[in-house]
Amino acid sequence: MSGHSYDAENYWKANLRLIFGSLIIWALVSYGFAILLRPMLAGIPVGGTDLGFWFAQQGSILVFMVLIFFYAWRMNKIDEKFGVHEE
Amino acid sequence: MSQFAINLIFVGGSFLLYIAIAVWAKAGSTSDFYVAGGGVHPVTNGMAIGADWMSAASFISMAGLIAAGGYANSTFLMGWTGGYVLLAMLLAPYLRKFGKFTVPEFIGDRYYSPNARLIAVVCLIVASVTYVIGQMAGAGVAFSRFLEVEATNGLMIAAVVVFIYAVLGGMKGITYTQVAQYCVLIVAYTIPAVFISLQLTGNPIPMFGMFSTHAESGLPLLEKLNQVVTDLGFREYTADVDNKLNMVLFTLSLMIGTAGLPHVIIRFFTVPKVSDARWSGGWALVFIALLYLTAPAVASMARLNLMTTIYPEGTQAQPIEYEARPAWIATWEETGLITYEDKNNDGRIQLYNDANADFAGTAADRGWAGNELSVNNDILVLANPEIANLPGWVIGLIAAGGLAAALSTAAGLLLAISSAVSHDLIKGRLNPNISDKGELLAARISMAVAIVVATWLGANPPGFAAQVVALAFGIAAASLFPALMMGIFSKRVNNIGASLGMLSGLLFTLVYIFVYKGWFFIPGTNNLPDTAEYWLLGISPLSIGAVGALVNFAVAFGVSKVTAEPPVEIQELVESVRYPRGAGGAQDH
Repeated sequence: MSGHSYDAENYWKANLRLIFGSLIIWALVSYGFAILLRPMLAGIPVGGTDLGFWFAQQGSILVFMVLIFFYAWRMNKIDEKFGVHEE
Repeated sequence: MSQFAINLIFVGGSFLLYIAIAVWAKAGSTSDFYVAGGGVHPVTNGMAIGADWMSAASFISMAGLIAAGGYANSTFLMGWTGGYVLLAMLLAPYLRKFGKFTVPEFIGDRYYSPNARLIAVVCLIVASVTYVIGQMAGAGVAFSRFLEVEATNGLMIAAVVVFIYAVLGGMKGITYTQVAQYCVLIVAYTIPAVFISLQLTGNPIPMFGMFSTHAESGLPLLEKLNQVVTDLGFREYTADVDNKLNMVLFTLSLMIGTAGLPHVIIRFFTVPKVSDARWSGGWALVFIALLYLTAPAVASMARLNLMTTIYPEGTQAQPIEYEARPAWIATWEETGLITYEDKNNDGRIQLYNDANADFAGTAADRGWAGNELSVNNDILVLANPEIANLPGWVIGLIAAGGLAAALSTAAGLLLAISSAVSHDLIKGRLNPNISDKGELLAARISMAVAIVVATWLGANPPGFAAQVVALAFGIAAASLFPALMMGIFSKRVNNIGASLGMLSGLLFTLVYIFVYKGWFFIPGTNNLPDTAEYWLLGISPLSIGAVGALVNFAVAFGVSKVTAEPPVEIQELVESVRYPRGAGGAQDH
């Protein structure tokens, strides 16, 4: 990779940015909405309980799925853009 | 036809299917035995990961714990799915690029140290054996029920079946049998849930039924459930928890542990390309989520059904008479997993929370002298179709599904253990010239030893199946995950730092667990009672893995900073795993 060192560096930065952004959402829906921020969401009713409970038992899992597919799709695009994708 | 015969047909039929596939795809070379030649499609692989992953803990045990704990046990749901986000972004693609067979192999190469590899082998074995204890406990429950034998005998039968099963095929056999097992377990889990959701709410999709209206009372299902359980002195099902620190750490520990468990990670070595490793993570989570989105519905509905079975006329009226109890209670009593004691000699079954001091007055007024029915949490999912009066074939199906879950995970774990022993320990360290045949023999002997140890400890497990498995995750979280992640994301962490980091994370976590759960999980050897008031800062032994991971990171960075930086070729290795280009198949040296 030494021949493409400049590109390689920016490729890695782009990857880290994407991971960082994804993990913020990951933490927000699980540790945030479902646990620590649940009292703040208590006013929003969802089927006999509140939004925080829904995030704890359903919502966070749905968001996790979307996150992984989004990351895989974005990352494969970034691979191509920087020319580091597999032949 | 008797229920026993139906169970035999379903369980026996599913076993024949797995064995047929295993024989059809019988492992030939050592490379086939471990990684199936690297030619598995991401969707197929995702399904196999799903079966590997969803063990007795997810299938048999988890919904029971959620039913008992309500919102507080949502940690299992988030923890065991959220880890896939970490896995897909932080580990899987890079380890796939690295292209070796085992997790200790990566650690040994990245930290240019046979000692680091050895430490990784120890961490892997401790975490995996703990995990197998949980599987044996769960499989024991399933076998004891469907063969209608006492729980300990069920455990012994489970041990024999797991051994035969795991030794029969290698990874290749396992990849395709696990696809079959996934199908069996997801069908078995979903069908009763759909029936029950229809009965209670009229909505055929359990994940929606749970949040809709309870047909009989006209109240939202969860509100009805809250009302029923509080009438009997239990906490509200949806009640918030006070100790959020412990809840956060427990969830984190399960998530990091998911990403650090070797039997899941090696699955990502079997996809053809790095980009496929990313997709595999997503597909795995889709297949896992099918069960995990249904589990909370199963939990809440089973809890409600259990209560209405005991109090058919409502919680304010008298509970049922013991003599008039449904057949499923009687059959489970034979296994010893449901017990009844008529404390007030009225011939009825009082099920309530006798530990709640505020409820003691009400209980005394009603002439109750203590809770009379104890139901092991681990039976709830298996008993669920019977509780809801579903037809016999559904009960047979769920027995087959529970065993599929336990067997597939136990086999995957035993494979990870045996490859660590034969490939990393014996071939990599003790005897590099060992023949292929000798390596396979060593692999099988180590499987046998692991099963014996796990069965012995599984007879008196340090918790319900899902809790034992949670301990295994804590151990993996504290030991392997940080070393793997730093190996990819830091060029500065060196051999000494990583080795000391893994050791301190592992020891810290193990000591904390053993102090409360008993040394080496031997019952009665704990130093402090395992209750919240004795826990340090309210952190349960199940949650301590997250703290252990922090210890690991801190020690590794600290020590690396004051010792020499890794050699140039290692920094180049780290550089190379970051870029997908040039990834070949997984290869032996």
